[in-house]
Amino acid sequence: MSTRLATQGRLINRDKRLEFTFNGKRLQGYEGDTLAAALLANDQMLVGRSFKYHRPRGILASGSEEPNALVNLGEGARLEPNQRATTTELFHGLTATSQNHFPSLEFDIGEINNSLARFLPAGFYYKTFIHPRFAWKHVFEPFIRQSAGLGKAPKEADADRYEHFYAFVDVLVIGGGVAGLQAARAAGEAGARVLLIEQEPHWGGRAPVDGAVIEGKPAEDWVKDTLQALEAMENVTLRNRMMGAGVYDHGYALGYERVADHIPGSDLPRHRLWRIRAKQIVTATGAIERPLSFAGNDIPGVMLATAVRDYVVNYGVSPGDRTVVVTNNDDAYRTALCLKRAGLDVPMIVDVRPLVTSPLATEALQAGIRVETGKGIAKVKGRKRVTGVALCLQAGEGSVIEEVKCDAVAMSGGFSPVVHLWSHCGGKLIWDEANAHFRPDPARAPTGAQGEAFVVTAGMASGAMTTGEVLADADAAGKAAARAAGFTPRRFAAPKAAEEPSEPMAPVWMMPQGASYDLRMKMWLDFQNDVKVSDVQLAAREGYESVEHTKRYTTLGMATDQGKLSNINGLAVLADALGEDIPQVGTTTFRPPYTPISMGAIAGEARGEIFQPLRRTPIHGWHEAHGAHWEPVGHWRRPYAYPKAGETVEEAVHREVLNTRRRVGLLDASTLGKIVVKGPDAGRFLDMLYTNMMSTLKVGRCRYGLMCNENGFLSDDGVVARIDEDTWLCHTTSGGADRIHQWMEEWLQTEWWDWKVYVANLTEQYAQIAVVGPDARHVLERLGGMDVSKETLPFMGWQEGKLGGFDARVFRISFSGELSYEIAVPASQGLAFWEALMEVGEAYGMQPYGTEALHIMRAEKGFIMIGDETDGTVIPQDLGLHWAISKKKEDYLGKRAQARSFMDNPDRWQLVGLETLDGSVLPDGCYAIGEGTNANGQAEMFGRVTSTYYSPTLGRGIAMGLVHNGPQRMGEVIRFGTPDKSFVEARIVDPVFYDKEGEKQNV
Amino acid sequence: MKRYSAFAIAKEALNNHQGWKRAWAKAQPKRKYDVIVVGAGGHGLATAYYLGKNFGIRNVAILEKGWLGGGNTGRNTTIIRSNYLQDPSAAIYEKARSLYETMSQDLNYNVMFSPRGVMMLAQTEHEVRGYKRTAAANAFQGVETEFIGPARVKELCPIMNIEGPRYPVLGALWQPRGGTARHDAVAWGYARACSAMGMDIIQKCEVTGVRSEGGRVVGVDTTKGAIDCDKLAMVVAGHCSHLAEMAGFRLPVESVALQALVSEPIKPCMDVVVMANTVHGYMSQSDKGEMVIGGGTDAFNNYTQRGSFHHIEETVRALVETFPMISRLKMLRQWGGIVDVTGDRSPILSKTPIEGIFVNCGWGTGGFKAIPGSGWGMAELIAKGHSPLTDEFGLNRFTEGRFIDESVAAGVAH
Repeated sequence: MSTRLATQGRLINRDKRLEFTFNGKRLQGYEGDTLAAALLANDQMLVGRSFKYHRPRGILASGSEEPNALVNLGEGARLEPNQRATTTELFHGLTATSQNHFPSLEFDIGEINNSLARFLPAGFYYKTFIHPRFAWKHVFEPFIRQSAGLGKAPKEADADRYEHFYAFVDVLVIGGGVAGLQAARAAGEAGARVLLIEQEPHWGGRAPVDGAVIEGKPAEDWVKDTLQALEAMENVTLRNRMMGAGVYDHGYALGYERVADHIPGSDLPRHRLWRIRAKQIVTATGAIERPLSFAGNDIPGVMLATAVRDYVVNYGVSPGDRTVVVTNNDDAYRTALCLKRAGLDVPMIVDVRPLVTSPLATEALQAGIRVETGKGIAKVKGRKRVTGVALCLQAGEGSVIEEVKCDAVAMSGGFSPVVHLWSHCGGKLIWDEANAHFRPDPARAPTGAQGEAFVVTAGMASGAMTTGEVLADADAAGKAAARAAGFTPRRFAAPKAAEEPSEPMAPVWMMPQGASYDLRMKMWLDFQNDVKVSDVQLAAREGYESVEHTKRYTTLGMATDQGKLSNINGLAVLADALGEDIPQVGTTTFRPPYTPISMGAIAGEARGEIFQPLRRTPIHGWHEAHGAHWEPVGHWRRPYAYPKAGETVEEAVHREVLNTRRRVGLLDASTLGKIVVKGPDAGRFLDMLYTNMMSTLKVGRCRYGLMCNENGFLSDDGVVARIDEDTWLCHTTSGGADRIHQWMEEWLQTEWWDWKVYVANLTEQYAQIAVVGPDARHVLERLGGMDVSKETLPFMGWQEGKLGGFDARVFRISFSGELSYEIAVPASQGLAFWEALMEVGEAYGMQPYGTEALHIMRAEKGFIMIGDETDGTVIPQDLGLHWAISKKKEDYLGKRAQARSFMDNPDRWQLVGLETLDGSVLPDGCYAIGEGTNANGQAEMFGRVTSTYYSPTLGRGIAMGLVHNGPQRMGEVIRFGTPDKSFVEARIVDPVFYDKEGEKQNV
Repeated sequence: MKRYSAFAIAKEALNNHQGWKRAWAKAQPKRKYDVIVVGAGGHGLATAYYLGKNFGIRNVAILEKGWLGGGNTGRNTTIIRSNYLQDPSAAIYEKARSLYETMSQDLNYNVMFSPRGVMMLAQTEHEVRGYKRTAAANAFQGVETEFIGPARVKELCPIMNIEGPRYPVLGALWQPRGGTARHDAVAWGYARACSAMGMDIIQKCEVTGVRSEGGRVVGVDTTKGAIDCDKLAMVVAGHCSHLAEMAGFRLPVESVALQALVSEPIKPCMDVVVMANTVHGYMSQSDKGEMVIGGGTDAFNNYTQRGSFHHIEETVRALVETFPMISRLKMLRQWGGIVDVTGDRSPILSKTPIEGIFVNCGWGTGGFKAIPGSGWGMAELIAKGHSPLTDEFGLNRFTEGRFIDESVAAGVAH
């Protein structure tokens, strides 16, 4: 059984007990424990069930590589599924439940899959569940979905908050073990701005656990001293509980800081996502121990040898009373010795190497531990907990020599450098034969814009295996990074460590070497996803030979640990099955993040109201106070209508239209894009941008203009006013302002960079208000201060001056067909001006109107609306806007495109008016349906409705549409199909329904 | 080809699964083929498959630079739908969707097509109108779609917050027979069926040159030697530009990285596919339990198959607003795929200036769902010289200005 020891536990505070629950059981741990350590201390080795076979799973590791110990942490709005117990700091009141079982962890019906495992090899689901056809969706898939998945799906919105930080540094050092500390120190001493981050709450990594001696003192003391030195440096920042999550192009790195996971309910953000720009990145990310592949290596109680040591030394927890150590390298001897020192029993060290004479082995023998060389484990006994192991010859087929009783197994298959961050942005690896691992190839580092390397590895992450090598490598890495960032490193020598002589490890990918199928189908490679040696071999046999195919076919390495423990073992088995060398087979791609990061942290603060913040016109508050029914337009809200008490929205719209047509209406047009284009080449620039000639526009005049994209399609429209010799003011659609501004900048910056033009988006600097209707002039005259008569301010003219005491620019333009003035005032004056207008307008029955009344009035006049009559496939010629296309200009954007044969051909869908025969409103978005079908069996469509409204002015439905050769078909009755496949008939008519001669606007 | 079935598995189980044959044979190039398909992704393999199945053309080689299915076939978000607006698009995507319905039986390989339903959220009035229009068009294109209201949206997808402060859900375009499939299995299933017809699938074989004589293709040079052919199909997405250059013509295609990510797996909580174009993100839950999330494309051209982080952030932020419960899930893995985009965001399935060379590319962000329809049409184009499914997607449409623009209704995401 696993239990708390009376001694050791360098990271825990035995004076502070913490209470927590696991599956409802009340348990106790100490401050400084991880959840995994506390569970082990309470003899809770069984913590979960595997993904596919629902096999019992115990704690395997002590860090972020843990594949098994995943729990539902917390409850309700603080429930987090799939949280690793090994990286969860214990806190008072923590609640955790185990995952993926029914009805309970101890008894799981899903375990039936385990008895059927023989029938459920890798990829079995590709070969079955094929018939009958409906059964996949309705029978098989729901069953599979239900038994798959791991943690519980949260039901509530997250109670916590998250934030983003930005950092700009010379050198980012990722990993706060001795390598990271030394690299940071070397870079810091050179004067570089250094950020050193460590994912654990404590510094120093493995060295203090392993008993390393640095500069003649215990690693623990060296770490303390070095930390002190780093903290004293102003140019060095230290952050623990912060993982290097990803490395991206150009020295961009993500840091994931778990600020308050261990203090839930505090007012701190739960996580912080750091977006770091670093000139150089040092990855001092250490190495991960590999499991060994022997039958039953997944039974709870089988653990990584380093993890066993961690639990004893760091937390004073013994994973078992009798632990068999099985290894192919020297390091696991440290675990055996550590257990022995803690007063625990190590019945045997099983070493696959035929002869071991290293000092560590000698020490083990001296400590009275039996060492069996050339041997392996044939099989682990037990189901929910190890009860013993069967010993065999490594070279053989697994005949049992002897059975040894034990309640834990510590295994070590060698170490793989953590190369993830190195690889994220293209760093390449080389195979290290001696240590049987992939390590970064310094000659093929990730490179920046100039081809310069921007990532350097340090310590075990480079493949260094002893403390001395680690420190030397890290020192060099820190200095190299500082140098590359433009600093001169100091000439301090790297710290020295006591020698750690060891014997070479022996790569072993299967134990025993000649294991039978029955053994191989019990050798786990991927513990969480239940991928075994036999599965990888099956994939290879079936031709899934690429390592990517094997991964995808077997799901090897696709679990939440992303293959940290399984990748190398898996591809070694694959290489063996294919008869190829491991480096030839290669690895799968390492993708960010290193370990999973919360969606909340990625989303950051921008939630609720501040998710894409609302844009408000200066008059927004007034609209709100006056009962506006809103319509979102881009990031703006615009009043759709202003329903009065007892009035429906539709009734309000009709009232607004009639009031504007008969008397006078007021529209907040502030959202209209207003872009100033200025400079000696502004006219030339606008001539290229618009289909019209803008350079000839006279100062004081306005012109309606069209903009097309390179493909000739109409993209925006609006009125352009010439302000002075060098200045034009371009109005765009509300939704188009930012896009058109970017469009202008793109052309100026990439194509016409030598033209002398500046553009500025002044949309928010002005409030713009349209006063519309027969009484519009009277209202303005009553306001006073400016002559707004027809003679002084004719249609399509503008002038500047004082209006009712306000600085105003008044445009005589109309989108309704009525006498209309659009008046721009400084944004700060917008509300006051609006209110002043409302006050003087009262005598004329003035009422505000919203966007829907605007739309109806423009449709009554046959004016097109970008986004209604256009959809990115319509050219101005389709809309009868030939008059707005200059014939004189040599070029404009879209001209060449419009000359192409299909566009130049008049045989196109063109703008017409549409009227139903009974005056009803034609359904929106419907298509004109002809007789017969096309070659693909689709009904023949020859037109569509683009805008359709009830016209209160005319008392009947009106519509606009694009119809094949429409203008030539006036009077023809055609039919439109509705989504329920019924038909409505309509007559093709002129698109101008109201005031065809334009008498009303030009008065 | 040994048939796959539960019975076959049971039989093999007693034999320790030692009797399974290779899903597709390992092949070395022959001297000459009737047709060489370059690119063993979904589209290339489907093209070869229907060449054999529909036209009896089986002397076919499929050449693959890397591993089969390793491009966008194996890195998309597996959404299948056909609710497109324009006639030619609706035709080819609906053909594809209908072929997905029977693909597992057809290939004797479970591709796990799951018609769980796809909804595209309307979160502005403009989108409402756009999707109603699409529903109106689909009704006469033989595509089963429906515009549904917010209450029905909530009923179909209870984890959704339909009353978000910024973009409340106003409705959705719902395609009940849209869904997802297992992307890798589509490539593997086709590969197995092609191999069974005697076609050669040759991996790790990069085309280094295209040979033509008198304006007619005669063969290709590869890293495994020269291979002759009568016809050549380039089906390698954005890399078609390179092949075209080898053959001496140019293609109007740009390549950009598209971002995707998955969460850690959780128990089932979402039965439908949701796409939200206004806030920019789409999400479904895989059979394994992972939330599969798609995002936007980078603004710059590249081939790196990774990509930047800011789009991930934008997408996740939008989805946390739409599905507040995902906030405490964790992102397991992000990756990039290179999407090849044309001027009208529609694909190219076309003859080329070199006789005998055909090109299939430009699927942009929407290729996976089209695989069987694309292969079906492409095979007909190669065998007969034209196909109603592909006729409108010819290269000439760019010089004629006869675009098939879906951005109208589809917004950005496919």
